[in-house]
Formats: sequence, C-alpha cells, structure tokens
Amino acid sequence: MATNESQAAGAVLKDTPPTDGTPTVELRRAGKAYGNIRALHGVDLQVHPGKVTCVLGDNGAGKSTLIKIISGLHRHTEGEFLVDGEPVHFSTPREALDRGIATVYQDLATVPLMPVWRNFFLGSEMTKGAWPLRRLDIEKMKKTADEELRNMGIVLDDLEQPIGTLSGGQRQCVAIARAVYFGARVLILDEPTAALGVKQSGVVLKYIAAARDRGLGVIFITHNPHHAYMVGDHFSVLRLGTMELSAPRSEISLEELTNHMAGGAELAALKHELAQVSGVDVEELPEEEDLTASVAATSEGKS
Amino acid sequence: MSMTQQAAPAVETPPASGPKQSDGRTAQRPLALKLLARPEVGVFLGAVAVYVFFLAAAPPVREASAMANILYQSSTIGLMALPVALLMIGGEFDLSAGVAVITSALTASMVSYQLSMNVWVGVISALVVSLAVGAFNGWMLVKTGLPSFLVTLGTFLILQGVNLAVTKLVTGNVATDNISDMDGFAQAKAIFASTFQVGGVTVKITVVYWLVFAALATWVLLRTKYGNWIFAVGGNQDSARAVGVPVTFTKISLFMLVGLGAWFVGMHNLFSFSTVQSGEGVGQELIYIAAAVIGGCLLTGGYGSAIGPVFGAFMFGMVNQGIVYAGWNPDWFKAFLGVMLLGATLINLWVRRTATRR
Repeated sequence: MATNESQAAGAVLKDTPPTDGTPTVELRRAGKAYGNIRALHGVDLQVHPGKVTCVLGDNGAGKSTLIKIISGLHRHTEGEFLVDGEPVHFSTPREALDRGIATVYQDLATVPLMPVWRNFFLGSEMTKGAWPLRRLDIEKMKKTADEELRNMGIVLDDLEQPIGTLSGGQRQCVAIARAVYFGARVLILDEPTAALGVKQSGVVLKYIAAARDRGLGVIFITHNPHHAYMVGDHFSVLRLGTMELSAPRSEISLEELTNHMAGGAELAALKHELAQVSGVDVEELPEEEDLTASVAATSEGKS
Repeated sequence: MSMTQQAAPAVETPPASGPKQSDGRTAQRPLALKLLARPEVGVFLGAVAVYVFFLAAAPPVREASAMANILYQSSTIGLMALPVALLMIGGEFDLSAGVAVITSALTASMVSYQLSMNVWVGVISALVVSLAVGAFNGWMLVKTGLPSFLVTLGTFLILQGVNLAVTKLVTGNVATDNISDMDGFAQAKAIFASTFQVGGVTVKITVVYWLVFAALATWVLLRTKYGNWIFAVGGNQDSARAVGVPVTFTKISLFMLVGLGAWFVGMHNLFSFSTVQSGEGVGQELIYIAAAVIGGCLLTGGYGSAIGPVFGAFMFGMVNQGIVYAGWNPDWFKAFLGVMLLGATLINLWVRRTATRR
C-alpha cells in the first residue's frame, strides 16, 4: 500500500463510508427495457465499501446494460436504484461521477487522438487562476498522471503521445488508473481483463485488490470465473437479462461458479437430451448433481 | 478446473512504483518529427511557398500596401475560418456560415433603417439573430442526432431564401438602403470597419481582430477546459460523454460561436459598404471550410489548431490578390484554390503519417 499513498491527493471525496451496513450502491428488482426488448429484469445487487462484487455472465446476458444503469448512461425502467440508501435516477454519467461512481468501460472511453495526460483528466480537468483567466494546470496534471500511471506499473516517457498509439493493455491500465484516481467510493470495471494477456490481467487484478483494500466498493464485470474468484467477495451470475445466481464467497466454490457460468442447469438438460441420442457417450460428461449447485439461485434464471 | 481454492480472497499488493526511467521500449521522437506532427506545420510551409511564388511572379506584391490588402482579404475569410475550424475540431461543420454572415448584416441594416433607430439597436438585434441561428443548428443536431451536413444544409437553404425574400418584401429591392447617415453609424464603423496607418500603409482593423481572435482561440483550445472538451467531442463523442464532458453544451456553444463570427463579419461588411446585397454569401461557407481543412483541421474532427486556419486564410487571400497583381485572369482563382486544397490536404496527410508513425 505504501506506494499508493499519493492516491490521497486525488480530487475525490474522502468521506469514510457509512458503517451501518448500508450498501453504497444497491439495485432492487431493477430492470431496463429498450422499447419492447427487455435487456435486464429483476436484478438485485449490493455494493459494499471494501468489497468486490463480481458480475458474471455470457455474451448478451445484460452485463453491459447493468453497468450502463449504475454509471448513469441509461436510466433503469423498473425497480429501484439506491445510492447510500436513497433512490436516484441518473441522467448523465456526470451525476454518477459526482456521487463517487467511476466506470472503466469496455471500450475504455478514451479519445485516441488526444495526449495521454489529457485523456487521463478529461471531464475532470485541474484548473488554476480565476475566471476568465482560468486555465488548465498542465504541470500538475502531467505530474499526477505520471505518478498514477507509475503506481499502475506503466512507465510512459512521453505523456504527450496520443493515447491511440498505446497498446491495448496500456490503454486499459490508463483507464483503470484514471477511474481509481477519480472513483472515490465505487469503481465499476467492465471486462477489464477480456483483451489482456496473462501478465497484464494479473496487474489489473492486483489493482482491483488494491482498490478494495483502500475501501472502495468494486463492481467487477467479467466472463472469466477464475479471474472473478481471485478477488471477488460476492458473485452474481446474469443469464438472459435475469439474475441466475447471487452468492457470497463463503457459499460457493470455483467449480460451482464455473458451472453456473457455463450454463449450469441448462447443461444438465442438454446432457439429458444428448443421452437420448444414440452415439453420444454421456458417461464422460459431469454428473447432474455437480452441475446444479445448491446455492441461493433466484427462480427467474430457470425460466 | 482443478485449481486450488482460497478460503479468503487473494489479497495482493499493488504493483511497485516504477523507477523514474523509461522501460526502454519507447524511444524519444526527434524534435523535428515532433514539430512536424503539429497540425499547422504543413499549412505554414504551404503559405510560405505560395507567398514566395507570388513574390516572384507578381512584382507589385512586394509593396507594403499590397501586403496590407492581401492581409485584409485574408482577414475577412480568416475571421470566419476560426470558429468554423473550432467547430470542425469539435466534429461538426456548418454549411450555413456563409449566408449567416449576410443574414446578420441584413438584420442589423433593416432593423435600424426601418425602425429609424440608432444602428446599435440593429447591431444588437443582429447579434441575437446570429446566436439564435447557431443555437438552432446545434440544438437540432443534438436533439435529432442527424449529421451536421443535413441540419446545416437545411439552415443554409432557409437563410438563403429568407435573405432574398424578406429583403425584397421590406425594401422592395435586392439590397438594403444605405444607412451611412444614421445615428451611431460612425461609432459602429470605428469599431467594425476602421483603418489605421502603419508606416504610411493603411491597414484595416479586421486584420488586428483576426490575429487577436486567433491567439485567443489558440489559448482557449490548448489551455482551457473548454478547449479540451472541443477536442474530446470531436475525437470520440461517446467517450467524452462517458467521462463527464458536457457534450450537448460544447456542441451547441460551438455552433453559437460560428454565429458570433458571422455576426462580426456581417457587421464589418455592413459598416464598410453601408449597404448589403441580399444574395451574397452563397459559396463562402465552402471557402471557410476549405481554409480550416487547409489549415490542418481534420474534417472528421478531433484534430486541428486555431493557428492553421490563419495560414489557410492567408493562402486564400494571397492567391486571390496575387492573381490580380500578377495581371492574370481572375477566373483562375477557383482553379488555384482547388489545387491548393488538394495539395494541402495531401501534404497534411503525409506529414501526419510520417510524424506520428512510431
């Protein structure tokens, strides 16, 4: 932790999180419909300070919709969305940021032609001087960006280079460093390890752990149960827009999590069907008991 | 799948802070290449080339009074090319910019003449109208999500028709009445269309405004939040919105800035000539856009400068007047422009590719 003390210099609220157990961010039966398409339905999610909540799901499960609601890009159309126990309706990401919710998007939300340091501070620029002479504090921004990136283990000697010239992993780390720096209380990571190599994934996971230890609530979206299990405190599996599983770490093993990710109950049904087709050797497939883990799964997932 | 499971989450230490040195994989780019990567370098070289060419081809260009004239020509284009360039960096363009200048001048002229009021009443009304046109363009763009080409093409046609029809309706003529004997005219002329002497050469005030505004625009673009936002909304609008940049405000205000420029140039035209031809301005919008593109602004947004269009406008003024001073047929002007536009864009493209290649 010693190397991350500079974080305290961030332009962020340093309020101590409420200790009465109120989740920082909570979704109650929340959902979102795009016209007649129900992308998300009846989702419960709690984010506590100092905990990592992992949201897993296959492609099209509604993971991205879930983040878009929490980060303020889209409004939920059903259920409740509470921040610190009070219902909110964000209409812009700015409002979410102001409540201390920062997001690292899958597309990273960077502007390729702009220099690294400008991207780092985009939308939350540091300024000095009084209006109308208020101007960017370029020195300070470059210095801060450099420090934060070094804490992430990225060394760039030219922060003026367009961020588009960095590699995918470097861009990812810049985006995470930015979100950690500005994300006072809740950090949302949308598949941060999806496009990364083994080593860079490790760096990202370490950073998630570091953010958690600093008291941030982290929402970690991924489709890799191994990555999720390394840092997660609570696991939610989304399937076809509904929540199939919601379990704390103490109630679920990696195998069960992996099975749920792979389709759990559906796989069992598939096995049953395959057994009726001659020529398929079902003996080699896992037993049904292993596939349906005894966890608090919500009923919607079975529909 | 037979991975060992931990009872507690794996607590990891954050990565160590790197030493204050490079990891050796990125080499410093040479200074010359860094310089070439600036958006205005290509057009600067182009402007110098055109200038040298006409110095050789047209001897009268060497006189200071000719240069003052060229600068004046450049400034009338350059004053509009500036906001158009900012808008272009912001990812949009405005086809109504040319006729908007005339709309503004017509408004000021007709309001003050028909109501027999001080010209300043007309000037303020024109400002309101110009800003409203800009705000309408921006608002339509943001609300409908249509490309700015379509939205401003619509405004362009509307303004073109309204200019002609309303002028005909109000004055019964294609031009407005002369307002040079009205209250406040001298005062307004002193601000928008005066001249001053430098070493025996008469220089128009617009040249000063042009360069001052260009310096101001450069400062805003590179040193303020707003400038940062302009690059961001042009470079990647969705990303900009996601990190909290007020995209709607930035876009609408950029269109209003073009309106402000149109008002300023319109007032200059009005107080220079005392009367306005209602059919003018058509085609000018493309000149402004061309000056911005020649000036190194990317047509798709996110890249450019405010200094580049200054040189771009200077190239236009230089060619425009240079052909006259050289004694050639002025009809060649547009052909020259076309060649310049293509040439400059190709140079810009080449320069940017060479300089940003790693």
